[in-house]
Amino acid sequence: MRVTSRRASGVVAYALATTAVALIAAGLLHVSGYDVVQSARALWGGAFGSVDAFFSSTLVRATPLLIMGCAVALAFRVGVFNVGGDGQFLVGAAASTWVAMVGAALPRGVAILLALAAGAVAGALWGVLPALFRRRWGVFEVLSTLMMNFIAAQMISYLVRGPLQEPTRVFPQSASISDALQLPVIFRGSRLHAGFFIALICVVAVWLWLSRRAGGFNARVTGANPLAAASAGRIDTGAVAFRVFVAGAALCGLAGAVEVLGVTFALYENLSPGYGFTAIAVALLAGLHPLGVLFSAVFLAALDAGASAMQRDVGVPSVTVWVIQALLVLAALTAHALRGRAWRSVRLARS
Amino acid sequence: MGIPFGANRAVSPSALELVAVSKTFGEVVALADASFSLRPGTIHALLGENGAGKTSLMRVAFGMVAPDAGSILINGEAVRFHAPSDAIAHGVGMVQQHFSLVPAFTSVENFALGGHGTFDRANVTRRLERYAAELGLSVSADARPSTLSAAEQQQLEIAKALGRECRILILDEPGAVLPPAQAAALLEWLRSYAQRGRSVVLVTHKLRDALAVADDVTVLRHGRTVLSSQVAGITETQLLAAMLGSESNTIERRDVSPIGAATQTRPVASLNAVSAQDSTKRERLHQVTVEIAAGEIVGVAGVERSGHRLLLRILAGRLQPRRGIAEISDSIGFIPEDRHREAISLDLDVRDNIALREAGRRRGWMSWRTWSAYAQRLMKDFDVRAEHERVPVAVLSGGNQQKVVLARELGALPKLIVAENPTRGLDVRAASEIRQRLRDAAKSGAAVVWYSSDLDELVAEAHRVLVLYDGHVRQCAPSRDEIGRAMLGTS
Repeated sequence: MRVTSRRASGVVAYALATTAVALIAAGLLHVSGYDVVQSARALWGGAFGSVDAFFSSTLVRATPLLIMGCAVALAFRVGVFNVGGDGQFLVGAAASTWVAMVGAALPRGVAILLALAAGAVAGALWGVLPALFRRRWGVFEVLSTLMMNFIAAQMISYLVRGPLQEPTRVFPQSASISDALQLPVIFRGSRLHAGFFIALICVVAVWLWLSRRAGGFNARVTGANPLAAASAGRIDTGAVAFRVFVAGAALCGLAGAVEVLGVTFALYENLSPGYGFTAIAVALLAGLHPLGVLFSAVFLAALDAGASAMQRDVGVPSVTVWVIQALLVLAALTAHALRGRAWRSVRLARS
Repeated sequence: MGIPFGANRAVSPSALELVAVSKTFGEVVALADASFSLRPGTIHALLGENGAGKTSLMRVAFGMVAPDAGSILINGEAVRFHAPSDAIAHGVGMVQQHFSLVPAFTSVENFALGGHGTFDRANVTRRLERYAAELGLSVSADARPSTLSAAEQQQLEIAKALGRECRILILDEPGAVLPPAQAAALLEWLRSYAQRGRSVVLVTHKLRDALAVADDVTVLRHGRTVLSSQVAGITETQLLAAMLGSESNTIERRDVSPIGAATQTRPVASLNAVSAQDSTKRERLHQVTVEIAAGEIVGVAGVERSGHRLLLRILAGRLQPRRGIAEISDSIGFIPEDRHREAISLDLDVRDNIALREAGRRRGWMSWRTWSAYAQRLMKDFDVRAEHERVPVAVLSGGNQQKVVLARELGALPKLIVAENPTRGLDVRAASEIRQRLRDAAKSGAAVVWYSSDLDELVAEAHRVLVLYDGHVRQCAPSRDEIGRAMLGTS
């Protein structure tokens, strides 16, 4: 059997999965009494229907998903199950807001870079604790990072009612970030900001690191078989996992910084509509491949953008799209598992 | 096909009969019209090279693999297995080559696994103890598999099968994990088990075991049954000829005389009063002093838990001794026993697995073009049969996987080679190729440390043998008797 036929079987599996999900979704809409064709048209229109829809809606939503999706893909590839993306995103956003407030007097470029860096550093620090716990005592990171999400959310609630609250002290949110420190829009009339390029750079950087750098290779083999990596490769697998854990957290923090500097221009509660979890879906749909994240992030962002339009135009509740998202992830995982099984049976035959 | 099935077939129905079984996995033909007949109350050896279809055929008999064609008869009655539970219900039990114990479960829980109704610990423990006593097994009911030796795990697996009231016991390469004394004890127990009217299928590579203990023998080649007969009146030569086919009818004659002269220069590795602990913090290696010189093949022997694993890992630079001084060359090739766990990553391709060597010391960019070319060269030099270097190692046969490990470790021309049962689980031809490689490496000046659970291999290949007993090393000449006595701690 060839590698090419393995890829081909993967494409077929995913195509089948997507078709199945589309059919189920159509059935759901139909049963709920909505016009399927009209809904689909609204969905498409909201995501890709116009220049504005695509750039200001879909790609703006895709930006944090791109960064966090490749962060999750990176971590999962190494066997680090960081589900604390949301918490790391929030502390990144908070740190970045704070730097933008105190650093308003600095030259524009310096201030923006500092604010972005602050986000990454804060995210990394939020990841250091669970990473340390895992390395030292084997604390399972799914639990620790999940718990850290709640702490981060409560911390934001405190900040926007305390130290970082806007001057009038009425609303639970920070003051607006000055125009000068906002990420520039890419072209006039759209909301797409320079953060999109940052996201693309992150994706390419993670891909290049994993596929071309010695460190990335060591990370991949650590994820594939830690014992062999340690024995045959003499790799310090604990250190590799720790570094990847922290780097992924830093990326999530950076995503938070990009979001406040490029989209919301202020810190408030519920800043993240669960990006940390959607990012897991993004990474899984991408088969944990950084370049696959380019497609899956835009795809899920398009679904989200389309859902808003569907709600507006046809009255379909946007939660329907969550069902579709969940189905998509399940279908993708099923397709993946089926492919894996076909693969394993070849192995049985040879043993 | 003209296969002589023996006259007994008409007398009483077979305990287990597989008729014209075929199975393909994707593009790979595993079984093509294979047939097999097990007489009640006998031990039946199933022989064949790696990839001949032995395991596949027994997985069909155990309901793990659904055949494309063919039928299964138990006591002359046609049955259909959809899952191993169906096979178990018909009295078939199987002990896999790679054990299927649940790591988090205790012995009792593993024993009870797959049962029905309420889990009555006291009752199950009593039953386990009954079977354990029969097997001569002294396992604590609350021990977890990680604390058991390979032999103990295997006995627990057998106890599991017995606990399910199996009348037909299939053992896949049971000798592979056992040191000689325990392997012999197992064969003896199988003999007595068969004498009580039960039947045993012994899947094995070891011709000698097959001839010594089995009543009948069946040989598979390329998924076909090529020979089936009673053991009485068949010779080792005939079996080898059947296994290898017409391509080779000669038995490999081992070169008992020392190979190449040891160039006595500075030692490649020297241990001075070295002690080491295992993962449970028990000291298992005491005050070992050893010197290994370039060009020599040093055999290592020892029963399970005698400390040989630790000694090999210290020599391979994979373990730091707790006390004592270890001076070891920096250029080491290490071939661990359990390649799936320690040596290769099945999901990665051949190129990546080759690039894995010493990866922890590498920095900067990976030149994948260079690595691909290097992998292609090694594949050619070491005769690794794979379409190209980007094929996942998982699809290669066991022999080819081991050749990937060997190519990686020897291809870098290390000064010291540490090999732990390098021919384990391989067919005759692959094993002899690997022995030749190690011999050649020693001839060209490498020091080779070679652990083997096959004494004949050590006697044939080593210049001298270090025998471990309870953490102490004794030096022996390559003689079967001397090594055997040292392994058991008698002089």
